[in-house]
Amino acid sequence: MASVSLKNVRKNYGAADIIKGVDIEIADGEFCVFVGPSGCGKSTLLRMIAGLEDISGGTLSIGDRVVNDLPPKDRSIAMVFQSYAIFPHMTVRENLAFGLTIANAPKAEKDAKVAEAARILQMEHLLERRPSQLSGGQRQRVAIGRAIVRKPGVFLFDEPLSNLDAALRVDMRMELAKLHADLKATMVYVTHDQVEAMTLADKIVVLNAGIVQQVGTPLELYHRPANKFVAGFIGSPKMNFLEVTVEAVDGGSMRLSGPALQGLTLPASDNRAGDKLTLGVRPHDLTAMNDGPLSGTVILVEHLGNETLVSLSLTNGQGIIVALDGDTNCHVGQTLTLGFPPNKVHLFNEGGTRVIV
Amino acid sequence: MASKFTRSNATGWMMAGPAAALMALFIVLPFIFAIGFSFTNQRLISPNPTQFVGLSNYSQLLGVGLLVLEPEKDEAGSVLRTDDGSLTYPALRGFTRNNPDYPQFDGMREWFSLSLGENRIYVLARDVVFIKAIVNTVIFVMVVAPLQGGLALVLALLINQKLRGINFFRAVYFMPVVVSIVVVSLLWRFIYDGQSGLLNNLLGALTFGAFPRIDWLGNPNTALGAIIAMSIWQAVGFHMVIWLSGLQTISPSLYEAAAIEGASPWQTFRYVTWPGLRNTAVLVLIVITMQAFALFAQIDVMTSGGPLDSTQTIVFQAVERGYGKQDISGGSTISVILFVFVLAISLLQRWLTREKK
Ligand SMILES: Nc1ncnc2c1ncn2[C@@H]1O[C@H](COP(=O)(O)OP(=O)(O)OP(=O)(O)O)[C@@H](O)[C@H]1O
Ligand SMILES: [Mg+2]
Repeated sequence: MASVSLKNVRKNYGAADIIKGVDIEIADGEFCVFVGPSGCGKSTLLRMIAGLEDISGGTLSIGDRVVNDLPPKDRSIAMVFQSYAIFPHMTVRENLAFGLTIANAPKAEKDAKVAEAARILQMEHLLERRPSQLSGGQRQRVAIGRAIVRKPGVFLFDEPLSNLDAALRVDMRMELAKLHADLKATMVYVTHDQVEAMTLADKIVVLNAGIVQQVGTPLELYHRPANKFVAGFIGSPKMNFLEVTVEAVDGGSMRLSGPALQGLTLPASDNRAGDKLTLGVRPHDLTAMNDGPLSGTVILVEHLGNETLVSLSLTNGQGIIVALDGDTNCHVGQTLTLGFPPNKVHLFNEGGTRVIV
Repeated sequence: MASKFTRSNATGWMMAGPAAALMALFIVLPFIFAIGFSFTNQRLISPNPTQFVGLSNYSQLLGVGLLVLEPEKDEAGSVLRTDDGSLTYPALRGFTRNNPDYPQFDGMREWFSLSLGENRIYVLARDVVFIKAIVNTVIFVMVVAPLQGGLALVLALLINQKLRGINFFRAVYFMPVVVSIVVVSLLWRFIYDGQSGLLNNLLGALTFGAFPRIDWLGNPNTALGAIIAMSIWQAVGFHMVIWLSGLQTISPSLYEAAAIEGASPWQTFRYVTWPGLRNTAVLVLIVITMQAFALFAQIDVMTSGGPLDSTQTIVFQAVERGYGKQDISGGSTISVILFVFVLAISLLQRWLTREKK
């Protein structure tokens, strides 16, 4: 068991800055997920924690030790790779016991620890097989088992489920959640799949271009995104953004309008008349409303059963997405008028930062 | 799919035709001829018609015998000694020249002899030169295969790193492979020169003149060793490249997994690298063995089989008999013997290095 703390951690390859000063505190026993678009540096950051990449600047502590210069094996971590990285010529048992074999552990200890890991992951019947005789999900289970045998303070996962098919991914996701509940170990998990992030995490770290955008619980990120990037990244389908201008501020309220927006009154922020803002509203917060401030023409209808996703082209030609009831009757070419509750609106200033309403 | 193959069969054969015809003409046909000739007394140019001689070419080349001679005794049965106390034995030629009691030894010569108690054991061969050629070739193969394969692997491991200028070293090690073996042999004749050769000068300089000058290629004790050393050097780069390609098929994440488990460099080699190189090892071993059995150019350029037949080899003998002595049947027989040898050893190696279930 161990906490992880990153203070102003940096990484550069030559002149290329990849991680640009990152501060993250991960508490003991917490399930922390790094999300971000491809190439934002999630894997690099995780590999720095593992000790597979060296740290160009800042301090990394695991437990109460600074581990910047410790080799991976001394950091009390275990890592599960996207490509499984299990040894193809060894049986499952040998793979699980690899670290103990390396350390010359007695056979009884090996057998006991392997048996325990196999029991936790329910794969006792697979122990004598070779990786080539396993399915993708079973292989990833072996990789997780090898991590469990290490009894690390911190588990590191780099997109462990992205090579699995959709159904298996859902199963494994639940198993990982259960594993975390059972082991109560600290876990750091990298993914670009925000559903995985939302379902698994105690704490999500959203990264973009090597910078932490926001740290928070899944619901904090969903309901109060700190900036436009997080707002757009968390939630599916994506949040809709509309350009608006503050027309007038009047006591406790302000009036907004924009090219696609007829006119909207919201509680006042500290903005002044003339300020340009971005208004964000999630597809699920939009409803058909005869006197709503938005209207557009339907260009695509997707029936998903539990909901219907409708793409509209607004009066100024901008596209937005609306999530409506599962059995909404709606056809292409139809005109829809939409509205939303004022407390579901997100406002961002020109720099993209959230505006407090 | 199958129907397409049958339909385009004619086109396929037309395209493969020229190459297939050439291969048949220059590889398959001579091979069949060689097998045929080995059962005849065919000569390159001869006024007499060719006759079928059965296996006599083979028994002529491979015939060996064992003769145990007791020391000469006087009438009383006590052994005779010369003035300096050594035993005397009957003359060997008495057994191998027209002795009706020992028809099996007729025409044989001494290959080597040793003493066992008072008795003297002679190992006789019908064709001593060819037997020496076989022994030399086998020694050459047994020394070159492990040393060249091992050295190539070490070089490949050293070169398989991300270092500045590593391509320079790759090129340097590969260079001797590109140079013609005849040119290399000529150059090494200078290096091995008995008077002012580079090797003698180097050894002399390193030992301040204490090392005696050796005529490396003119001394029966050093000639084969000198050729072995030079042959290893010449082709090691080729096998290094094969090992390198094998190394690059091993997934880097396996190395990272091993690092996290705390494997030492040797353990990493043993548990990750070597098992991943299994197929490459079989390939390298078989290729080296086949190349080593075909040892010819170095001998032809550097020693012509001498001194005292200490560097005779199977292929050199085949060429010398077939063309030097115009004994086509003898040369063919040697080729067939070589073929059987190489085939047997390749099969054995494949069996020894097979993947155990
Ligand atoms: N050895 C390297 N040299 C230079 N740049 C590198 C190196 N390794 C990674 N990068 C760069 O670092 C950035 C971050 O890479 P990283 O693998 O951490 O991305 P990621 O967030 O894990 O993306 P993905 O979701 O695609 O896995 C990328 O832009 C990549 O090009
Ligand atoms: Mg990645």
